[in-house]
Amino acid sequence: MSAILKTIGQRLGLGLITLFVVSVIIFAAIAMLPGDYARSKLGQAATPETVAAFEHEIGLDRPPISRYLTWIGGVVTGDFGNSFAGVGGLAGGSTRTVVSLIAPRLRNTLFLAAFAAIVAVPLSLALGLLAALHRNGIFDRVVNVVTLASISVPEFFVAYVLMLFLAVKFQIFPSLADVSPDTPFLERITLCALPAMTLVLVIVAHMMRMTRAAIINLLASPYIETARLKGVSPSRVIVHHALPNAWAPIVTVIAVNLAYLVVGVVVVEVVFVYPGIGQLMIDSVSTRDVPVVQGCALIFGATYIFLNLLADIVAIVTNPRLLHRR
Amino acid sequence: MSVEDKTGDRVIVTADARLAIPPRRTRLQSAWRLLKTAPPTAWFGLIVVGLYLLIAILAPLLAPYGEADVVGDQYAPWDSQFLLGTDQLGRDMLSRLIYGARNTISIAVLTTALSFTIGGFLGLTAAVIGGWVDQLLARAVDILMAIPQLIFALVLLLIFGSSIINLILIIAVLDSTRVFRLSRAVSMNVVVQDFVEAARLQGEKLVWITTREVLPNILPPLIAEFGLRFCFVFLTIAALSFLGLAFSRPPPTGARWCARTPP
Repeated sequence: MSAILKTIGQRLGLGLITLFVVSVIIFAAIAMLPGDYARSKLGQAATPETVAAFEHEIGLDRPPISRYLTWIGGVVTGDFGNSFAGVGGLAGGSTRTVVSLIAPRLRNTLFLAAFAAIVAVPLSLALGLLAALHRNGIFDRVVNVVTLASISVPEFFVAYVLMLFLAVKFQIFPSLADVSPDTPFLERITLCALPAMTLVLVIVAHMMRMTRAAIINLLASPYIETARLKGVSPSRVIVHHALPNAWAPIVTVIAVNLAYLVVGVVVVEVVFVYPGIGQLMIDSVSTRDVPVVQGCALIFGATYIFLNLLADIVAIVTNPRLLHRR
Repeated sequence: MSVEDKTGDRVIVTADARLAIPPRRTRLQSAWRLLKTAPPTAWFGLIVVGLYLLIAILAPLLAPYGEADVVGDQYAPWDSQFLLGTDQLGRDMLSRLIYGARNTISIAVLTTALSFTIGGFLGLTAAVIGGWVDQLLARAVDILMAIPQLIFALVLLLIFGSSIINLILIIAVLDSTRVFRLSRAVSMNVVVQDFVEAARLQGEKLVWITTREVLPNILPPLIAEFGLRFCFVFLTIAALSFLGLAFSRPPPTGARWCARTPP
């Protein structure tokens, strides 16, 4: 048991180091901005004094290391700095903190991702089990072809096809998911139906195929043969004999796919004009609002690392052979 | 010259009989023979790829109108003049689509080729040299892979600005991490084999070992991976250009067109 704890500790440490390096890389965004960033932001008419004031305001006049330390120190205490939009009243606006921009949108994104995951995980497990049970049958082939097709096309294409059929042709769901903080829960679900469905279609394929492969892989082992010879029914063999041993690869794939949701969500949010963190990031990239992009990227990166770490740990805990690897 | 025939008697093979032996097949002929035995799915793939290549190469001949010519009303429906209608400026959709295929395919091919050059070379070198060089490269790649690709690409596009060259370089570098992993893993298996050891003992230089001993043996899996990575690169470019961030003045790519014309 202590060996497991030690390995998990090591993985956690590695994850933290990775997160640190990721934060450095993301921070380098601001350090590597072209030198005349302030000037291009303020326009041609800016006097040298305004440029200097702006650079001082966003901290471009200090050495990178001290800026990084200030930034990461703030991040640890939950302060991601201020958005560039309307810095110091130069643009006539008031300064907004990155946190105040990100927080409500992060909640929306997490809601959407959780919604998609709650539908996708049981669905893909069920489909995978059924496909393994009727492998090489007509059901297996149909599911295979459909899931393969759904991962071969980009997310936005799936999204628009769904929108065309379920929102325009048959008006079952709204085509835009413009939720606000005070939208009631049930209405929120209806609004999020199409984006969630898109995400489900994108991640189900991989999880379902992995479930099927993991189980079929086990079906060749001698103990399954014994169970079969004993006269156990095929569905019982799969659910009670094969599935418990297939958990490790399946859970790993689930975690990896949840991590993928993080990336998929960016495109899907833009399609459905969903006020989530992905959309915020895209908007900020086009307006070159560096602190907001950094904040979003760091959150995305951290979630991704955390979920992959989780996959790793689950794989180790459920598989003694990985623990005692030479 | 004499050979044994079926009965075991030695017979003299005359010059005439030897002439009857068909000449050695050329590369083209053996490629054709291989193709004839290919399964129908492989044929299907070949035909699709061939069609796309033809469309990309012959775009100016196939497209009924120029890619930027305003030829009709805005949002015209499908008819005999504009097979797929027109877009928001009155440009022919079919022509835009054909040129779009050309742009996206050429960018994706360039990016994948670059990504394989970088990743393949570094992976091979890491495996052959080993030691701290290998560790350094492998850990660096692990960290790069810990950041979601699309997010990373967005941050990099923010720093360097959106242009086709930046797009190709950024995606190629990010994608080369995946190629690095594969080529390093495959090379590792080859490097430990006897013939590489023999080459080392023989005193061959590093360049010889990598290019003459290891590279030919890792090519098949790398080429198989090329097709797969091409698809992923294609989808990444599609996602980025859909978001409108790939190019500062967008040429038509299939995805961009999709973004501007909601159903």
